[in-house]
Amino acid sequence: MEGIVGYGAYIPRNRIKVEEIAKVWGADAPSYKKGLILEEKSVPSPDQDTITMSVEASKNALKRAGIDPIDIGAVYVGSESHPYAVKPSGTVLAEALGATPEVHTADFEFACKAGTEGMFVALNLVKAGIVTYGLGVGADTSQGAPGDALEYSAAAGAAAFIFGRDKVVAEVLDTYAYMTDTPDFWRREYEYYPQHGGRFTGEPAYFKHVIGAAKGIMNKAGMQAGDFNYVVFHQPNGKFPFRAGKILGFSRQQIEPGWLVNKLGNTYSGSSPLGLTATLDIAKPGDNILLVSYGSGAGSDAFILKVTSRIDAVRNLAPLTRELLNNNKKYLEYGEYAKFREKIRKAD
Amino acid sequence: MREVAVIGIGMTKWGELWNKSLRDIYVETALMAIDDSGVDHIDSMYVGCMSSGIFVGQEHIASLLADYLGCAPVPSTRVETACASGGLALRLGFMEVASGMSDIVLVSGIEKMTDVGGDEATYALGTAADQEYECYNGITFPGLYALIAVAHMDKYGTTRKQLAEVAVKNHRNGSMNPLAQFPFEVTLDDVLHSVKVADPLRILDCSPITDGAAAAIICPVEIAKKLNKPIVKITGSGHATDAIAISQRKDMTWLESTYQAGKSAYAMAGKSPGDIDVFEVHDCFTIAELCVMEALGIVDKGKSGEAVERGRTALEGDIPVNPSGGLKSKGHPVGATGIAQAVEIVKQLREESGKRQIKGARIGLTQNMGGSGASTVVHIFERG
Amino acid sequence: MSTPSRYWREIPQRYRLEANSCTKCKQKFFPPRLICPECGSRDLVKTKIAEKGKVISYTIIRVPPSQFKDQAPYAVGVIELDDGVKLMGQIVDCDFEDLKLGKRVKIEFRKLFKKGHSGILCYGYKFVPDS
Repeated sequence: MEGIVGYGAYIPRNRIKVEEIAKVWGADAPSYKKGLILEEKSVPSPDQDTITMSVEASKNALKRAGIDPIDIGAVYVGSESHPYAVKPSGTVLAEALGATPEVHTADFEFACKAGTEGMFVALNLVKAGIVTYGLGVGADTSQGAPGDALEYSAAAGAAAFIFGRDKVVAEVLDTYAYMTDTPDFWRREYEYYPQHGGRFTGEPAYFKHVIGAAKGIMNKAGMQAGDFNYVVFHQPNGKFPFRAGKILGFSRQQIEPGWLVNKLGNTYSGSSPLGLTATLDIAKPGDNILLVSYGSGAGSDAFILKVTSRIDAVRNLAPLTRELLNNNKKYLEYGEYAKFREKIRKAD
Repeated sequence: MREVAVIGIGMTKWGELWNKSLRDIYVETALMAIDDSGVDHIDSMYVGCMSSGIFVGQEHIASLLADYLGCAPVPSTRVETACASGGLALRLGFMEVASGMSDIVLVSGIEKMTDVGGDEATYALGTAADQEYECYNGITFPGLYALIAVAHMDKYGTTRKQLAEVAVKNHRNGSMNPLAQFPFEVTLDDVLHSVKVADPLRILDCSPITDGAAAAIICPVEIAKKLNKPIVKITGSGHATDAIAISQRKDMTWLESTYQAGKSAYAMAGKSPGDIDVFEVHDCFTIAELCVMEALGIVDKGKSGEAVERGRTALEGDIPVNPSGGLKSKGHPVGATGIAQAVEIVKQLREESGKRQIKGARIGLTQNMGGSGASTVVHIFERG
Repeated sequence: MSTPSRYWREIPQRYRLEANSCTKCKQKFFPPRLICPECGSRDLVKTKIAEKGKVISYTIIRVPPSQFKDQAPYAVGVIELDDGVKLMGQIVDCDFEDLKLGKRVKIEFRKLFKKGHSGILCYGYKFVPDS
């Protein structure tokens, strides 16, 4: 059966703590930390962007897959921070991996859901027999406006998945998509920072779609919360995934292995995909995993995965997600963070 | 081959010459050399210039300068081999006279560098390195020599203080050179605490950005004798190349092009390093002077730092290096440097160097280097 | 403004570190060459280079060229890869006090610089500590 043949993660080393941001804006750090269950977030260096992180995550996925990159027939990068407004990220990625020129490439954008979109399409091209291997990547270097609540969480990271038919480490048992037009978060063309609907991003947006997709796929597959060893939800903050889990009947233990947000922040298109790589890092053969993404605008993609016995052979062929999260960290002060994120107005 | 002599030299005060253009500086300097030689015409001219296109947006300067010097239609040739352009202009002029093609040749070098900002100058100088595989990574010229310095320190135990001693010595010499851009002394402490540029190199390890030119008139010795001028003969000339990117060299601490050019020049002159009374070498950075001393065989490999520290290369030492103040104190208008080195050696051999005169100097050597050492031109001069 | 051709032409080397090697004397070349400078052979074949190596010299650039202005100070090193190929590259994700000769590093894909506000983005390899 079709599924994931290789997966890889990438997280930049820089971090900034909630306190450091709160200090600048005169905000109350303890209440943010408690309210959002958020301690720090990752920050890209000036030489890192969606493209560079996609390349590194994909190289890690290739190490686990052990395939020849020339056999990859589809390369999809999902992001809301593609470095170019016009010019694909995917071409750089495909070229860097050595997958060109016989490859289909596209960039996806759907707020935080773009990563699972790429995965969805790559998987289905494999299923349709159109490509031997398909690569789907979720990556972002998201920006929250200075002083906005999003600034505490908007982070950087990437996760890549190669789908194929043989030597699968996790079979994809089912997929499902759920969406409506819900303007809870957006960024108009030529704008630098996004806008959002405040509390409107919760009930009618995140929860409606995450719960709708989770219920929909479980219904379709005839499975219940108790049938899963792990569940990964999109993680815009620390609180939302637990609340969604509770509504759906999942325990903290099912959520926690893939819950990275308190130390990572919201990596947007990389968020639930990185939750999945962290979960695969600890999963055992036979485990069932439910993945539900969320993207503002709004919608959710859901996947049911069954881990195979191959997982034990490939797990350590590339860095584990929590190693990337915890090792070689460098804490930034707000000034350096503002410089890295080009928030400082300079002379030409 | 005919014997060739230098019969006239010209050099004006170097520095930030805000009110002078490329052509102004050039003509003034060239006329000095012509006047010094006493010739009434020239048959041909060579101009060493690295990057007038970037620095002042002007190419085709060979004709421009011949025209403004009032010499058109004489053949005029611009020569470019980065910071060794001046040295190569001298060598080509030497070859033209020695071969019998021309009798009286003006050899010169110029660079007008201050019409661009610091960033642009850094970029322009960087074009002497491998653009695609060195500069693409953000390296600069101080950076390239810093990489050489770190390797030299690691391989031979050369110290940070020994590098600084080169700057202190050259500034001491330069303080006696009224034409120098920075004719003042610096202390060891000044160097060791100056602003960092590319670790371990600091600003006082680096030669400056300079406007300036230098010129010389060369001719066959028989003609020189008739002009009744002090004669300094060019008895050796060598030119060699190496990989442009330092990573492509077998040993980053070894300047193979300098070794090869030196070997050719020594062979032509029938001299060895021990015969030379005075050296003018390419100290674009303090570490460069050390590596050059080793490649020219002035000292053994790895022994240059020690030699400088012991004062052997000072004016009063047994192997005086850069009595002019070197590029460090005199300034480094890149295309002019090679000719200015020859000007200093001619002055030394004519015993016209004033307070910085090496007593009884009869044989001198110039070593002019391009890039991080991918080209070198060496000349040996002897009192006629 | 220059066209992107100069950047584009080097993509195989910049993105994938494509090299070549001499079929006669086996010497490897990065960047690739058309003639072997060791033995003069013109028979060279495409090859890849090792992705890990060690620092054989390094410096910290504090006065950068204009397109690198926002990144300074940054470290640049000469790296000797495990197959003997030597090349220059920035060393990133490494605190300056941890830089030393012999340090193990590996290749990582990064953005080198941007061509101004609206020009192309220039990608390539850098080195990061190999832990």
